[in-house]
Amino acid sequence: MAAPLVLVLVVAVTVRAALFRSSLAEFISERVEVVSPLSSWKRVVEGLSLLDLGVSPYSGAVFHETPLIIYLFHFLIDYAELVFMITDALTAIALYFAIQDFNKVVFKKQKLLLELDQYAPDVAELIRTPMEMRYIPLKVALFYLLNPYTILSCVAKSTCAINNTLIAFFILTTIKGSAFLSAIFLALATYQSLYPLTLFVPGLLYLLQTRHINPNSAAAVHTCENEEQSLLDLFLGVCHDVCGKPSGNHLPLLLPSQLLGFHPRSLWLYINVFFYTIPLAIKLKEHPIFFMFIQIAVIAIFKSYPTVGDVALYMAFFPVWNHLYRFLRNIFVLTCIIIVCSLLFPVLWHLWIYAGSANSNFFYAITLTFNVGQILLISDYFYAFLRREYYLTHGLYLTAKDGTEAMLVLK
Amino acid sequence: MGLLSDPVRRRALARLVLRLNAPLCVLSYVAGIAWFLALVFPPLTQRTYMSENAMGSTMVEEQFAGGDRARAFARDFAAHRKKSGALPVAWLERTMRSVGLEVYTQSFSRKLPFPDETHERYMVSGTNVYGILRAPRAASTESLVLTVPCGSDSTNSQAVGLLLALAAHFRGQIYWAKDIVFLVTEHDLLGTEAWLEAYHDVNVTGMQSSPLQGRAGAIQAAVALELSSDVVTSLDVAVEGLNGQLPNLDLLNLFQTFCQKGGLLCTLQGKGLQTLLLMVLRQASGRPHGSHGLFLRYRVEALTLRGINSFRQYKYDLVAVGKALEGMFRKLNHLLERLHQSFFLYLLPGLSRFVSIGLYMPAVGFLLLVLGLKALELWMQLHEAGMGLEEPGGAPGPSVPLPPSQGVGLASLVAPLLISQAMGLALYVLPVLGQHVATQHFPVAEAEAVVLTLLAIYAAGLALPHNTHRVVSTQAPDRGWMALKLVALIYLALQLGCIALTNFSLGFLLATTMVPTAALAKPHGPRTLYAALLVLTSPAATLLGSLFLWRELQEAPLSLAEGWQLFLAALAQGVLEHHTYGALLFPLLSLGLYPCWLLFWNVLFWK
Repeated sequence: MAAPLVLVLVVAVTVRAALFRSSLAEFISERVEVVSPLSSWKRVVEGLSLLDLGVSPYSGAVFHETPLIIYLFHFLIDYAELVFMITDALTAIALYFAIQDFNKVVFKKQKLLLELDQYAPDVAELIRTPMEMRYIPLKVALFYLLNPYTILSCVAKSTCAINNTLIAFFILTTIKGSAFLSAIFLALATYQSLYPLTLFVPGLLYLLQTRHINPNSAAAVHTCENEEQSLLDLFLGVCHDVCGKPSGNHLPLLLPSQLLGFHPRSLWLYINVFFYTIPLAIKLKEHPIFFMFIQIAVIAIFKSYPTVGDVALYMAFFPVWNHLYRFLRNIFVLTCIIIVCSLLFPVLWHLWIYAGSANSNFFYAITLTFNVGQILLISDYFYAFLRREYYLTHGLYLTAKDGTEAMLVLK
Repeated sequence: MGLLSDPVRRRALARLVLRLNAPLCVLSYVAGIAWFLALVFPPLTQRTYMSENAMGSTMVEEQFAGGDRARAFARDFAAHRKKSGALPVAWLERTMRSVGLEVYTQSFSRKLPFPDETHERYMVSGTNVYGILRAPRAASTESLVLTVPCGSDSTNSQAVGLLLALAAHFRGQIYWAKDIVFLVTEHDLLGTEAWLEAYHDVNVTGMQSSPLQGRAGAIQAAVALELSSDVVTSLDVAVEGLNGQLPNLDLLNLFQTFCQKGGLLCTLQGKGLQTLLLMVLRQASGRPHGSHGLFLRYRVEALTLRGINSFRQYKYDLVAVGKALEGMFRKLNHLLERLHQSFFLYLLPGLSRFVSIGLYMPAVGFLLLVLGLKALELWMQLHEAGMGLEEPGGAPGPSVPLPPSQGVGLASLVAPLLISQAMGLALYVLPVLGQHVATQHFPVAEAEAVVLTLLAIYAAGLALPHNTHRVVSTQAPDRGWMALKLVALIYLALQLGCIALTNFSLGFLLATTMVPTAALAKPHGPRTLYAALLVLTSPAATLLGSLFLWRELQEAPLSLAEGWQLFLAALAQGVLEHHTYGALLFPLLSLGLYPCWLLFWNVLFWK
């Protein structure tokens, strides 16, 4: 499987290199949908030049990156394009190996449940086979690398790509079972933007399950949790001391009204990201990787400065849930909504800023529609997942008490 | 959310869409056309009114009386111009200085991508001359522009004379709060573009121009003047600009107010539906119909006034025109901020009536609904077993598991899409790039070579074998073309929607022609008839048809041969304007609509 992956990597790098050299690179790096004030490359360069002049990069509300990014790019600023292409490649490779291992785990678990007779007798067509799962890791890598959103983020040199790499490595190390490494990557990702903290819960659940510890056993949970938590705290503390500056989480300081390219929403919407963790944990405690997927999607939708790079990360997981396709109900309408909104973003931006005829309401209406589309897409996948689980345990051909075909309604 | 999750309602809706699809599509299309035709009638049109307060309530008394002076200037200008063959820069500088303006010149040059047929020039170079009248008591932060474009074919000397006379008159007044720039450009639109780019310090079209020595502040509004003789029977106004951009309606209202006040006859060509269709055709072409079209890109509201000398009884002399201009400039002088109160997107069925965007958009909405309905129907047909029914195994024989065939289906769509897009790219890049090769091998001029290469690539696209798929699925051979048609319908709807948002006329025109044949295209049925229909509604044929329609509406119908010549000239103009001013019609048609149309051609000839 290495050869196709290498081919995909080569194609992806070629596309990105071609775009870097073209005249579109300037245009893309200024698009509001691709870069946000928190991830823009121009601001990284600004912060580095301020540092060179001996001024604190955080004076004046321009630079919002973490000190680690400063240290990273201080040495690599001349190779910035290469760095971003390598981060994309690393993300794809991490996801490839993560999903490869995950598929093995899924198949093992399925075999175990079949032997334990947990499944209903007539669900043969819902059982997944290794043949069908063979190309999924490659498709995941393909989906991530050749997704137009990812390519745009890379060409714009948005630091969201670095965040994606860290989350991908977190997923890889979690699936491989190493608590220490996954804690480190989670700490790095959380350090850059606060939201990956919510991935702590699914990561913990997965590690507990692979160690065959019952998640309901409080003591075991606490030990594992403490282990991870202490690693996180230690790491954040180290970063804080080493850098001697506040860590990059400037969220409380950035009030909505001060920010460009952002529609005024109340503070509660940011906290929305954290609200969903507990209910999802209760419902999806048997399926932590799906939980992780939903949580990453929730982060991408509800974070304060969403960009298309965040959307690209959870979109890469769609091939993993390919078997849910038959239960998705609104995939056509939702795909159309997302494609239409993506195309209308630049058109309405042009009408607002350059033609002077529309106003911000048109542009932000499209932003909201895009988010609604994403929310409906995620809830559709959630519904499909739950429905498949129901069918697995209760049988595919359901009959009501009087023998007629039964209709399944989600309440 | 009920519709998205309630299975009973979904099933009902699915049945409705599948059963009534054809009648709904026809009804929607007819509704769209009917809505557009109804735009000339009262409930949908309104009388124009002045929205900007600063221009509404002031009364001005025009005092311009320099008709003789204007004519003298015009005669001098014409004589000097004939002697020198180009713009008499030194004479203009002297005269403007004597009138009391600050005079500057600007030289520019541009290498055209290929020499255009009408002027046979490859390297265009010229000089613009402009004089600034500084406002006596203001800080030179804002300005107004009066521009007279002088090309080699339209000498426009009366307009230059009137400009100089007006400058002399304005110089004597004390009420100016904004600077006024009197601009005379050479090679009409090229000179104007060079001046605007240098003024705003940008370089969007690759023009080489010398930097401007004198500036006058942010331009609030501009008026371009074209007069062919020293008496006019009516003043015609042109509003459509580059890529269909329009000036603020208030500027047109201003012009109309002063024409009414001075008793000057002002016209917009045609009446009622004729005017509306002419405006739609002009806006759809995306050409700047006058110097004002280039100002609009820089957010400067501008109009072009053309004096027409026809066979009417009553004629007006230069004083009347001068008074109208004086009144307009005095009112513009009162502006506190840029014109923004009135509409930017409108259609004009007549000079004093307009249709706003909220009332004309449903027309294109109904047309695009046809595409949406067809796409929905195709989707439901492709997924009959799974969609609309809750039980995946409800029927005795369960449907084939969808994911694998879906994967194969998607992969087989990639080839036609890539090939169509590659043809579009070839159509965009090759004609200009390959013109030298073509002239070496064939006895044609460069402009002809470009046009002929365009037509050749366009026709070659029809003949390419697109179907590089292996047999996709033995159980459902229909799935291949249905999936391709679904993708093509969505692609077309997206493109037309985006185009209609920025340039309604272009979107509507293309939708009228492309939507019915796109909805009808399928490999079964009378193939030759469908093929003929598809060719007749392709983007190039739409262009040809609209040229005939345009001349028909102007009451100067074309014969077939003349029409063809005009078509070839229009193609060359389109490519040239894309390279010189950044007009978007050529890239939109070649990179966007032509590949989409090729996909439908592919569907029609699916094996």
